[in-house]
Amino acid sequence: MRIGIPRALLYYKYFPLWSTFLTELGQDVVLSDVTNRDTIKCGVEQADNDVCVPVKVFYGHVLEFKNKVDAILIPRVVSTEEKTYTCPKFMGLPDMIEALEQDMPPVISPSFNLRLGFREYYGAFRELSRKFSDSSFKFLKAYSRAHQALNKHHHQLLKGFVSYEQVSSGSQAQKFEASDYKIGVLGHPYNIYDPFISMNLIERLKRKGIKVVTNEMVSPKVVRREEASLPKTLFWSYEKEIIGTAFNWLRTRKVDGIIYVLSFACGPDSLIQVLIEQEGKMNEDIPIMSLVIDEHSAETGLVTRLEAFIDMLTRRKKASLN
Amino acid sequence: MKVTFPLMGTIELLITDLCRRLDVEAVPPPPISTKTVRLGVQYGPEFACLPLKITIGNFIEAMENGADTLIMAGGTGPCRFGYYAEVQKKILKDLGHKFEMIIVEPPLSSIRDFVGQFKFMAPHKSTWELWEIIRACYYKGKTLDEVQKKVLEVRAYEKNIGETSKAYKKCQRLFENAFTSSQIDSAKKDSFTLLDQVAKDETRSPLKVGIVGEFYVVLEPFINFDIEEFLGTRGIYVHRSVYLTDWIGPSGENPVLGLSDKEVAKAAQPYLSHFVGGEGQATVGHIVKFVEEGFDGVIHLFPFTCMPETIAKSIFPKITKDLGIPILSLVIDEQTGKAGVVTRLEAFIDLLYSKRKQKMNSRVMSHSS
Repeated sequence: MRIGIPRALLYYKYFPLWSTFLTELGQDVVLSDVTNRDTIKCGVEQADNDVCVPVKVFYGHVLEFKNKVDAILIPRVVSTEEKTYTCPKFMGLPDMIEALEQDMPPVISPSFNLRLGFREYYGAFRELSRKFSDSSFKFLKAYSRAHQALNKHHHQLLKGFVSYEQVSSGSQAQKFEASDYKIGVLGHPYNIYDPFISMNLIERLKRKGIKVVTNEMVSPKVVRREEASLPKTLFWSYEKEIIGTAFNWLRTRKVDGIIYVLSFACGPDSLIQVLIEQEGKMNEDIPIMSLVIDEHSAETGLVTRLEAFIDMLTRRKKASLN
Repeated sequence: MKVTFPLMGTIELLITDLCRRLDVEAVPPPPISTKTVRLGVQYGPEFACLPLKITIGNFIEAMENGADTLIMAGGTGPCRFGYYAEVQKKILKDLGHKFEMIIVEPPLSSIRDFVGQFKFMAPHKSTWELWEIIRACYYKGKTLDEVQKKVLEVRAYEKNIGETSKAYKKCQRLFENAFTSSQIDSAKKDSFTLLDQVAKDETRSPLKVGIVGEFYVVLEPFINFDIEEFLGTRGIYVHRSVYLTDWIGPSGENPVLGLSDKEVAKAAQPYLSHFVGGEGQATVGHIVKFVEEGFDGVIHLFPFTCMPETIAKSIFPKITKDLGIPILSLVIDEQTGKAGVVTRLEAFIDLLYSKRKQKMNSRVMSHSS
């Protein structure tokens, strides 16, 4: 069976896991193209007007699979750890896609919900594997290989690779020296790594010789420790990562500046932005630039703001060296 | 201690009632006005949903009037509402206000813990006494909701426009001094009599419109431009999908509404098979139920950027196609103007009437042929 995985949203978090699992079970994994103008055009036409830009992009990627694959994999990722949720949109995504008024391939949507415990999570994979093969041996092998692949991916991110694509394209990990000029790019992986949504932000920074750190390069342990300083634990797991990272960078001064990328109308981000900016006020020597993006964002606007931000950081750095 | 709270529909009656029973001074925020909205927009996060901004405005205005203890509800997600209180606390502290904030979390573990959260208002009362008081308060709120439900039924038939609303005001006054359950029951009886006395045109067969959506926008008349009265006084029967005490009540049984959360979720299954936070799934479920009950149309209200309702809205095209019910989605934010909403509502009503006529004609046609 040819199974399509849209190159959007949680692809940036779980692609190694999902694709290894399916490949091990003898399926052909087909990825949609890197986001381009057509993707966004299709997505904006078909998605509801009020959803955030990454979801619109997701629609675009899904529509690319029309008449091209036998099924589309859109897992319903409800929760990744105890007492948390992902964003509501991930919980409703398969239903949103099935409501499309288009003749689309069937959607395969296993529910991953770690709120209900590990057994439930494991069971979801077992059920998914039954669609392709009844063999428990094959399933166990696929399950463990898939998780190995995910762990390896996490490991490489911690080592300084930026995103899965970089790892697979065979480029080198960044090496960090103490004297390096570093900018922390903060935000959801599906925003900061998507070259179209982020307007190539990471590449632009690198071209200027700036080292880039992202929230995925901060270990979960550190995130947990920093996030614990909030009076009420956040109930969104991905935002926990963002806020924990922001607090860590601000408090340990690991970066020279932070660019916080958020999509317009993003629910969780609208609130944690307040918490991050307030923490920023208490650590004024690390400047934060919040970059709110939607499908109408223009490249020139980004370039101007980026240049101004970098100029300011350079001046600060020079002043501190003197 | 001067207690305040955010405004939402009839919640003011409930909390002031609780405060009177506990002998605590309540300082309700002034009624929501453009000033409230302006304050909320100025200090609230840019693309947070409207209820957050309005409630920030409420708190600021109440503190200007001397309030120093803010009561706010918590939650467990994934809807943003569960984290409102924390963000409000940060923003208001940053503005230099001095206050104590009491965040009431939903009863997760035990009733004792839940009741314990109100201890700050009455430290000398035992948990049991406090529980009895909260229950009595809740009972009053529930009864008021039942009266409100009756108001919606009566208004669609009223002969003299505005009579029902006047009667409803009188009903609310009847409840002011009702504290024991027998007093509340007799206030309810009197209210129903008052509403029954409203002159009605029984020959009407009003359009039936269901209202679904995010609870705050549905419950707060200032924010939804008093849509229930707007439709009711035009002779349209309005059925609401959420009542205040049903929403507060943890059981999910929804005694006022008469439809449990489970039944609603089941109705939503074919279209939205998973809980998505807030009322997202309930919105879809209620629409399906409205279709079963022969409603003419549905109006969907929600604040701009609301996550669960946006998901529900994404699924509407499929529902309309399958079930043939017209749905009007009204997205509301601080920029929404009354004139725009009224125009859309009028167009929607026209559409419903012409649809009904069409249906009747086709029925006549099939009879005559």
